[in-house]
Amino acid sequence: MSKYYLGVDLGSTTSKAVIINEQDEIIGRGITNTRANYAVAADIARDEAIFNARFSVLRKKLEAEIQAKPEYRKYISDLESVFQYEQFKVRLDKLGDELLKTCRTFFHDPQKQEEIIGYLRSIRRAFKPTIKHDYLYNNLGARSQFFRDIVSEKYNEQVNQLDMALFEPLMTVWDKSISPAENERIQFNFPELVHKAMEELKEKYRNLPDTAAEDTSVNFDAEMNLLKGNFDQVSETLREHIEEIALLEFNITNMTGTGYGRALLPFPQDCIRSEILCHAFGAHAIFPDTRTVLDIGGQDTKAIQVDRYGLVTSFQMNDRCAAGCGRYLGYIADEMSISLNELGPMAMQAEKEVNICSTCTVFAGAELRELTNLGEKREDILGGLHKAIIMRAMSLIARSGGVFNEFTFTGGVARNPAVVKYLTQLVRENYGDDIRINIHTDSIFMGALGGAMFARRNINAALPVEKKSAVLT
Amino acid sequence: MADIKDAVKERSMILQKDMLAKQFNDLSRAQELKKKVVYTFVPGNLTELILSFDMLPVYPEINALQSGMRKKSSEFIRDAEKIGYSEDVCTYVKCDIGMMLNGNIGPTGEKLPPPDLLLLSYTGCFTFLKWFENLERLYPGVPVAMLHTPYQEDGKITPEQVDYMVKQLKEEVIPKFEQVTGKKFDPDRLSKMMEYSAQSEDLLVKILESAKRKPSPIDAYFAGVYYIGPIFTAFRGTEEAAQYYTELYHEVQERIRLGLGPITPEGEMKEEKFRLVMEGPPNWTNFREFWKIFYDVGAVIVASTYTKVGGVYDTGFRHNPDEPLESLAKYCMGCYTNLNLPQRVDLIESYVKNYRADGFLINSIKSCNSFSAGQLMIMRQIEQRTGVQVGFIESDLVDPRYFSYANIKNRLESYFQMLEQRKIILEQQGVAV
Repeated sequence: MSKYYLGVDLGSTTSKAVIINEQDEIIGRGITNTRANYAVAADIARDEAIFNARFSVLRKKLEAEIQAKPEYRKYISDLESVFQYEQFKVRLDKLGDELLKTCRTFFHDPQKQEEIIGYLRSIRRAFKPTIKHDYLYNNLGARSQFFRDIVSEKYNEQVNQLDMALFEPLMTVWDKSISPAENERIQFNFPELVHKAMEELKEKYRNLPDTAAEDTSVNFDAEMNLLKGNFDQVSETLREHIEEIALLEFNITNMTGTGYGRALLPFPQDCIRSEILCHAFGAHAIFPDTRTVLDIGGQDTKAIQVDRYGLVTSFQMNDRCAAGCGRYLGYIADEMSISLNELGPMAMQAEKEVNICSTCTVFAGAELRELTNLGEKREDILGGLHKAIIMRAMSLIARSGGVFNEFTFTGGVARNPAVVKYLTQLVRENYGDDIRINIHTDSIFMGALGGAMFARRNINAALPVEKKSAVLT
Repeated sequence: MADIKDAVKERSMILQKDMLAKQFNDLSRAQELKKKVVYTFVPGNLTELILSFDMLPVYPEINALQSGMRKKSSEFIRDAEKIGYSEDVCTYVKCDIGMMLNGNIGPTGEKLPPPDLLLLSYTGCFTFLKWFENLERLYPGVPVAMLHTPYQEDGKITPEQVDYMVKQLKEEVIPKFEQVTGKKFDPDRLSKMMEYSAQSEDLLVKILESAKRKPSPIDAYFAGVYYIGPIFTAFRGTEEAAQYYTELYHEVQERIRLGLGPITPEGEMKEEKFRLVMEGPPNWTNFREFWKIFYDVGAVIVASTYTKVGGVYDTGFRHNPDEPLESLAKYCMGCYTNLNLPQRVDLIESYVKNYRADGFLINSIKSCNSFSAGQLMIMRQIEQRTGVQVGFIESDLVDPRYFSYANIKNRLESYFQMLEQRKIILEQQGVAV
């Protein structure tokens, strides 16, 4: 039986899980927002990674066929997306129950209760199909795919269309319901959900319009057209393989927990590793010539030096202030009333960088308002803010000993194109044009990857097996 | 917060406690005992000379660190800040000033007497100068004797520097002592004391060097700060100090014989997992919690530079009864705080190698401008020269606002895991650790 290893990185903003095989290849990834109940966040990330790993196994199994038939690939990726929607739906129902419950306990007047419940129902009716559509047609794009973010956005949209007087009661009910719904542990049944997803997918293809002109919300591509032509045949051919991976027993041999919340994970002490070690080990595994790793996470920035084995030789991290970390960007996005994902692309439009002090997040917010009053363009202010973050990181890198030959950037912030732009610029300015700079698409998963790799290597380190299996069921 | 249990005490600890109790009691009765009081500093102190005039020394840094350990420093610092001391000023200074503002009550709860003399014998730290300028204003009319110790910029002590210092002792310091006490300088008495000094110094070196053993019978930092207590303060050159070190030496020998690990507040350390060399003073406000982070994982400090700030003895220097004033001069110039950065790097490198350390760790002090400067360079050099893994944490001497337990624990945990993981992976790679 194949052996798999799990790494869970419980960060301050997001929780990530990675599953690797015995060749250190990533076969499963899971990510969710970190929430009050850390164990639930870790469970969700882990379950998602295991589900994703099943689809990876399926793809691997059908590697040769997929090469010849791109419609197979399309079917599998569509199925995975719809499968995610099925999970989403289960949690959405929980949220619905929670909203009703809150409403009944919060409003004592039966008439008021019924009125609010009526609005809640109509809100749900309005947004549910749009979310379904987004999942089915892969329209979530670069937006956050976390349950809380998706539903919050839609709920807010709907509430904003209603009378102002309803804003407060509806938002109060929301605030009191979202956390319990999000923190509830849900056991998903993979075979059941995958079957539902297959049915849903059949429905989708059956009802697909013939051309893009008939429905502009559907992005037709070559693969979709190909699949549309012989959907039933593809579906039937793959059914047997899907059944097989649905029932596959996933033997997780060992695991490592890391990240800011690692001490709270229900893992034995020996299975806990610092995120500094994990990020470095993960980054080094993907880019073996890396000697310097920069990780910008939610609330800390770490400059790490590694040796040729990927082991940390020294590190420096921000101490008394989280300015310059992911949270700083989140705060700025809130101040500007734009989403976190729009921040980087907007900063990329900067024609110049306005000089901004990076030592304090809150002061930077005040500076931002002042600069806006002075007539500076948002793009240029954001350009300056992004540069300020990197200037801070550069100082940390210098403290840690500088950049040697190859440099790898990890963490959630590595997805921000403006951060990458200024980092590249400043690393080259400071350490020379021949420094190789690596940023992997999986940069946010590096800590979890490093954790999984340690799990594979530390297997002989006398680990308490019983305790482990207890949390892996 | 860490769970702190009652400390386990050895005989030498009790002996030291009694010595200190008597010292503070004598201080509180200085007038009654007709003894003159001199305020002075630990690095480059002239304890034998002070004692040879029957004066009682007070060390403001020691009072500050004691206040820190007794959780008093926070209010003292606050009071000093209230009268205008900036947040960035050395917290030893602020704590000391705050203590004086609050009635000058010493660590034993007894009042400390005002100084009859301010002896500024500063080594390496420029804040000492400013500190005593402030004390001079707090105690108007009290004479000040200044002994200037040349910094070892070129990394060596020249005969001219020794002459320069001896000249100051003869022309500035001793005449002031004579003037304040009304006594004549007694060179024979000073020489006699130096014999005790050398005896204690020999023993201290043997005690600290016992950490070269694997596993080490002592922690040369967390316990080391207690071991240096008598010799760094009011007791160098006394018979009691020599007795204390004899007792301590026997205790350590006994530990070696029994194969015991370092003593911690919760008993013997069972397994030595990591051997570290440490640079920088410990944090005093959370000393026990800080120590616990180390002993809980079996991390032993086998050598530290902080235990050399009041004198570097392991490179051969001893006080010499045959040339008492010259040896005082050499002692002052040889203190760790008076060494230049390359000398500090060389010393640490020798510690890492001779004590077979797995790592080198720096506790950088937020409010110490004199000694935090250069530490990153030291760290890089040690990493390059020895190949051991290096770590860097930040806290403060006595300002509890700068001790963040969670942050320090997180960094240290990462650091210990770095050391542990290296052992595992290198073994798998077949590389000798």
